[in-house]
Amino acid sequence: MKIAVCVKHVPDSWAEKKMAGSVLDRANVDAVLNDLDEYAIEEALKIVEANGEGHTVTLISMGPERATEALRKGLSMGADDAILISDPALAGADALATSLVLSKAIAGSGFDLIICGAESTDARMSVVPSMLAQRLQIAQLTCASKVSISGDKVCIERTIESGIESQEAIFPVLLGVVEKINEPRYPSFKGIMAAKKKTIETKSLADLGIGSEQVKAWSEVSNVTVLPPRSKGLKIEDSGDAGNKLADFLAEKKLI
Amino acid sequence: MSSLILIDSGTKAAAELATIAGGEATGVVIDSGSDLSKLKLKSAIKLNGIEKWNIAAIAEALAQIAKSEALDSVFITSSLRGKEIAGRLAVLLEAGIITDASSIDAAGVTSQSIFGGSTVVNAKLNTKFKVITVRANSLDAEYGSGPSEIKDLTPELSAQTKLVTLTNTQPVVKGTRPELVEAQVIVSGGRGTDGDFKPVEELADVLGAAIGASRAAVDAGWVEHSLQVGQTGKTVSPQLYVALGISGAIQHLAGMQTAKVIVAVNKDPEAPIFNLADFGIVGDLKQVVPQAISAIKAKKQG
Repeated sequence: MKIAVCVKHVPDSWAEKKMAGSVLDRANVDAVLNDLDEYAIEEALKIVEANGEGHTVTLISMGPERATEALRKGLSMGADDAILISDPALAGADALATSLVLSKAIAGSGFDLIICGAESTDARMSVVPSMLAQRLQIAQLTCASKVSISGDKVCIERTIESGIESQEAIFPVLLGVVEKINEPRYPSFKGIMAAKKKTIETKSLADLGIGSEQVKAWSEVSNVTVLPPRSKGLKIEDSGDAGNKLADFLAEKKLI
Repeated sequence: MSSLILIDSGTKAAAELATIAGGEATGVVIDSGSDLSKLKLKSAIKLNGIEKWNIAAIAEALAQIAKSEALDSVFITSSLRGKEIAGRLAVLLEAGIITDASSIDAAGVTSQSIFGGSTVVNAKLNTKFKVITVRANSLDAEYGSGPSEIKDLTPELSAQTKLVTLTNTQPVVKGTRPELVEAQVIVSGGRGTDGDFKPVEELADVLGAAIGASRAAVDAGWVEHSLQVGQTGKTVSPQLYVALGISGAIQHLAGMQTAKVIVAVNKDPEAPIFNLADFGIVGDLKQVVPQAISAIKAKKQG
């Protein structure tokens, strides 16, 4: 079984995010492996461990050269190798461009499973997995909170607004997982040491046969407004009547 | 602007899409539960032969209709499934995509709030086709008297739409409380409830509110993940958000910061939630909430 896991290097979700002009300021914040991608890596490792020898997990990412830091973390969790697509023309790339680049990096390499996290904690669009499935013309099983694999059949359970759906499909499958699915492992010391020797292959757009005009962003940001911080309201200590005061406040605001 | 809206999430969500599309849209219907006669629409197309779970099929059908009817802008409700359909559709139409828009003006400029509501981005798509997902509850829906024309359509679908099989569904058991993302009032509980959600539920019931929770409460197994508000849960934007025993980690704030009015009750006077609460109470929710419930009931009767 050949598994690819798509991961993203994002500004730390604990850090304050700012815009630099019309794009996210990525240079001046700490950047980490997208939290939600750790669940995708963990699921890939669990599948491999449950199925014995001869299976591989390859991490695939698009991002600046710094993204190797995120990839190293995934490798230290236990992934086998990684591919980073990095190109100056990709700065500010949108979801369509990202999905095009990832699909070209994945297509034709014989992956049985391509696993993605639920969303990136920076852009939060959560459309890249669906775009990738459409571009690769493979089955899409996303929002999975449970996965089981037998032979070349993948069964999932997904929880969406309307309820729980059980779905299945045959390899190759684009699998999207939500954080409920597992508890990602921490890299062990041994894992961290081993990761230093693992290969991260860097590719440019030209290596994938993509022209820079194919990845230009299709949305034009006309304005970015940083809202003034919410002003602090009234804060009281409960001295036995705070519940009544709360009811008064809600009545005054016409909320009851 | 000639637009198409996907009607798949009930009448209210459809009315919001119809409103954002300017009342002149063609509605594509995959949901027998929506009341078309209440919507402000030019026309409607009912899809036959497609089941609601099949996102690949819905995306293909929408792409065909957008092309054949020359409907350039497609509006879809920002649900989990809605975004999946939108992503596939954007590839099929080579369309630019904007997710979680809250408005669009006559020139096609959308606004979206990002970074948990601290920043608003105005953007415009410069592709022929445009796919825009709209956050539920972000605008006042206008209602109308239904489309003047309703057609049926059975689209031809590719093999791509038959790769996935649905083997089982368990519909959500609808409680008496409103849906979290659509709710006007939300009462949420966190670590400070110590696992007792009774005060949260009781206050929610007296306010007619939906129930939410912080990640700490979900991770502790006190409530279902579907109730989680925040970065890795739902993003909500109600008129009133009551945070009970929630300290206010950045990840939680990211999911509720755009609420109109925020009320917080927490024992810790230093809890970050107080920095954005319009009304903050430093105290024990087990004391404060029951008193508030009686006072609210008294006011409602008076």
